[in-house]
Parts: sequence; structure tokens; C-alpha cells
Amino acid sequence: MSNIPKDLRYTKSHEWVRMAQGAAHGAAPNGAVEVGISEHAQSALGDLVFVEVPEAGRALTAGDACAVVESVKAASDVYSPVSGKVTAGNAALAAQPELVNQDPYGAGWLFRIQTDSPLDAASLMSAADYEKYLADEAK
Amino acid sequence: MAFIPHTADDVARMLQLIGVQSIDDLFDEIPGELRAGALGVPPAMSEMELGRLMAERAASDGRPLNFIGAGAYEHHIPAPVWAIATRGEFYSAYTPYQAEASQGTLQLIYEYQSMVCALTGMEVSNASLYDGASALAEACLMAVRANRAANSRRILLPRAVNPIYAQVAQSIAGNQDIAFETVEFDRSTGRTLLESLQPYSGQDVTALVVQQPNFFGNLEEVDRLTDWAHQNKILLIAVVNPISLALLKAPGQWGTGAAGILGADIVCGEGQALGVPLSSGGPYFGFMATRMQYVRQMPGRIVGRTADTEGRPGFSLTLQAREQHIRRSKATSNICTNQGLMVTAATIYMSLLGPRGLERVAAASLQRTADLVAALGRVAGVRPAFTAPRFHEAVLLLDRPVAPVLAALARRGIFGGLDLAERYPELGHALLVCATETKLAADIDAYAGALADIMKSSRVAA
Repeated sequence: MSNIPKDLRYTKSHEWVRMAQGAAHGAAPNGAVEVGISEHAQSALGDLVFVEVPEAGRALTAGDACAVVESVKAASDVYSPVSGKVTAGNAALAAQPELVNQDPYGAGWLFRIQTDSPLDAASLMSAADYEKYLADEAK
Repeated sequence: MAFIPHTADDVARMLQLIGVQSIDDLFDEIPGELRAGALGVPPAMSEMELGRLMAERAASDGRPLNFIGAGAYEHHIPAPVWAIATRGEFYSAYTPYQAEASQGTLQLIYEYQSMVCALTGMEVSNASLYDGASALAEACLMAVRANRAANSRRILLPRAVNPIYAQVAQSIAGNQDIAFETVEFDRSTGRTLLESLQPYSGQDVTALVVQQPNFFGNLEEVDRLTDWAHQNKILLIAVVNPISLALLKAPGQWGTGAAGILGADIVCGEGQALGVPLSSGGPYFGFMATRMQYVRQMPGRIVGRTADTEGRPGFSLTLQAREQHIRRSKATSNICTNQGLMVTAATIYMSLLGPRGLERVAAASLQRTADLVAALGRVAGVRPAFTAPRFHEAVLLLDRPVAPVLAALARRGIFGGLDLAERYPELGHALLVCATETKLAADIDAYAGALADIMKSSRVAA
């Protein structure tokens, strides 16, 4: 079974969102949320050779394609789960795209974004819902 | 003997199975007004009849002395180029999809890319594109992806850039929310002046296109234009003639390094001059090169050299992850076919000539055009239009409409150049001429003599 941390929220396109309050990773300051791709997603993609992240200052609407994760076989879009303004892209991934494979919920985070309005947690899946979603998808 | 594998019975069974009456019904999706209608092709002929018809038509072409350039250039192609390119091992016009099984093809493309990088002074080249015009369209789309400092999707396109390329770029990129802004050329020098770009200083612009030599054959002040672009956070797209690069500064060296950036950002152009015959306008091939920093925004594929599990050298397709067979509608391009066979010929051509040989072709072309302009300029009623230095093409001004003069020359077996009346009416009676190394002194004399005759015998219209 795929690793699905309980403290995160998830999307149907396999992004995770770490809320500012009580962030275990603790690295998203000023109420920004942190976004990455799930263990399941990185495993399905295989070894990443390139990751393109949005630059700070870019305004995003939920659902915008804003990052690209590229393996030797395919380049896939990552969609922003929320609307807001990017505060940082993970610069370490330029030299070490494999961090996404090795530590998708930690050092492999993709970007941080300051949300436009208080985040509606109900719009995203809980860990339990995401686990069920993956199970249904596998059927 | 029929070479079509399906019998009438087969066809009838297939049609019945999918529930249509005739093969024509399969095209019902296409509205009537969009169909080509009658093509004017005669009914089926036997092989012998067809052979005779084509021989007659070929003979009616004659052997004209050609002084038309304007983007497609007649150069001498050494016999080995096509003798080797048409060998069975190479003679496949398409790009391999089971790529790694075709090590020879991959090695050839790898060497082609290396040569394009050497010519352009850039870090990385793709495996080729469809043609020069679509390469410019692709470069514009690529610039929008690559220039993250710009949000405007605005591209400055000088009128001194080949107008056919501009038209293709507008057709392809114009429909993708990209706005092209025209930049005028200077009427006395025939080049794009820095002053005409000043209104855009400090504005949000994605890219500036610079063609060197420009459509009129004139040399642009590429260093000043490149520096201006980079000072304004604008990417510079260079459109170049590969033969000219044997003499001119490589685009990778354009500018003085202002704003910390040396050279063009994207280089593209038409590769036909490198061993591909004129052939009524195609097939040709486009080339494209860029900085490593933008490699993932470049359309098409790249062949890389690597080592297999036993350490032996080999070649593989790298950076195809953003191509259309993988990314579909999100691919970097959906017209990014590479022109395998043309690239094969070009690679052989460049290998045979080497840097010194290319330099001699370029120098001879430059000299012949200078001779041509001098000879035609001595004809009463003919003078050069511009003062800028040029490569192997020039605009002449006549004292009367160009079209009847060209028609009279054609009757004498001379294709005298391209009439610019339609594309550049403001120039008046302007004629674009070109002479490459294929034109000897006697050819130039023949043209000048015929032109003098024609100009003398016909009355001045204006």
C-alpha cells in the first residue's frame, strides 16, 4: 500500500497539499500551503529526470497546470490544487529531480503558494478518501 | 498488375461491416465547400504513357539560367551526396519510431546536430524541423514558453524578415494568442534600425526576430539588435542562412554580452542550401538550435550519445518526452516532424565540403552577387536599391514595372529574379536577384546583355 500521510490533503490528479497550521514539515511560512505529488504518483511516473516548478510571484487559479514532472518516458503536468500566488518553487529539484522519487512528501515538495482566501479543506480529499480513491482507481 | 491489396469484394465487405454505402461516404464529415473538387488529373494511364507525358513536361522546362533566391538557393551538389543518401540503409524519409534499433540513423542525426551547433555557435540543436518558415513559427512559440520575464506574448517581426516566413508564423502562432508587431526597415540602407525598436524599450515584449542576411540580402547590425533585446529582457530569435555562417559571425556570438547575455537565444532557418535540390519548393528542412537552458522548451527530438550496459558507445533518442506521440495536444509542437532524408543529404554535404569547402562556397556566392549587381547596375534604368553590405542577394530598382521585364527574360531562358511589387509596393519597381557559386562570369554577362537589350527595346512605362 502506498504511503499516504494523514496530515495532508489530496487531489484526484495526485497532488498533495500541506496546510500551514500544524504543518509537520513546518516549512511553509506566512500561511502559505505546500504542494507536491503523492507517493503513488511518483511511483507511477518512474525515475524523474527533470522537474519544472513555478517561479515566485506567479498567480495561479486552482486547476492551472503550473509544474512539469518529466521521466525518460513522459512529461506530465502538475495542477495547482488551490488559487493564490506562488511564494517559492523548490530550487533544489533543478539539480536533484530524484528528490521527488526519494522523499515525495518532504524534500521533494514542488512549490509553496499563498492562497487567495482561507482554504476550504472540504474541497480536497482526506488521506482516507484518497486511499479509497486509489483503491477504486486500481479496480 | 494492381498494387492495391484489397479486392473489390474486400472493400464491399468492409463497407458493409461499418454500414456505409461507398468509400466517398467516409468523407461526409468534410463539408462540401471545403473539398478540393476536381483536381484536373487525367484518368489513369499506363506506366508507358505516364513516362512519356512526364518526359515531355520535363523537356518543356528547358534549362533556364536561374537568378532567383528569396529563401531557396541553387548551389552545386556534389554527386556523392545523393548517391550516398539514396542508399537503402538511409533511404527512409521518416523518423524512426523504434529508434534505438536504427543506430546508423541516430548516429547520422547526432552528427548533423553537432554540425548545426558548430555552424550556429549554439549549445544544442534538434534533429530538424519541417522547413525554414515553420521553424520560425516554432521558434516564436518556443520563445513564449521560454521567456518567463514576459507576459505579453508579443513578438517583434521586422518587415525585412522573409515575408513568406512571416506569413507562416502568423498562420501558425497567430492562432495561439501570439501578437506580431511589424518593425519597418530603413529605406536607404535596407536594414532594421535600432531607432525603429526604441518605442518598445522597457515594454513587455517576448522576442525580437532578426534575419541575417535579411530578405533583401542585406547584413543587419546584429550586435546592436541583440544587445538591445537582452537589455530589455527580450529573447532574440535569429533566422540565418547556414551557408552564410561559413563567413559571418555565428549567432551564438552576436552582441557584446550586454546584460550578461552573449548571442542569440534561438537560432533557426532553412537548411535547403546544404545539399538539397530546389525541386519546385520542397521537400526542404528547417533547423533549430538554442542554449542548454532552454532545451526543454525546444520542439522536436534530440539524439544523444551514450554507453550501453557493457560500456560500448551508442546513440539514443533523448528529450522526446515532450513530443506529440507522448504529450498529445500538450506537446511542444504538433508539426515537429524531422526531415530525415533531407538531413541525411545535408550531413553528407557538410561532411564532404568541410569548413573550408563551405567557406569557399560562401565566398564565391558573395563574389558572384557583387559581380552581378555591378554588371546589372551598368544597364541604363537599373540601380541598386540599398546601401548596406550584403551577402549573396540584392534588390535592384528598375525604371519601369518588373513583371514584363522578367517575362521577356524568361523567353530568353533567364529567370531574372523575384518581383517585389506585391510584397513591398512602397519600394517601387524592385527586383530581388541572387547569384551563387553556380553562376559563372559568362552567365552574368548573358543576363546583363539580355537585360540591356530588353530595357532598350521596350519603352519606359512611367
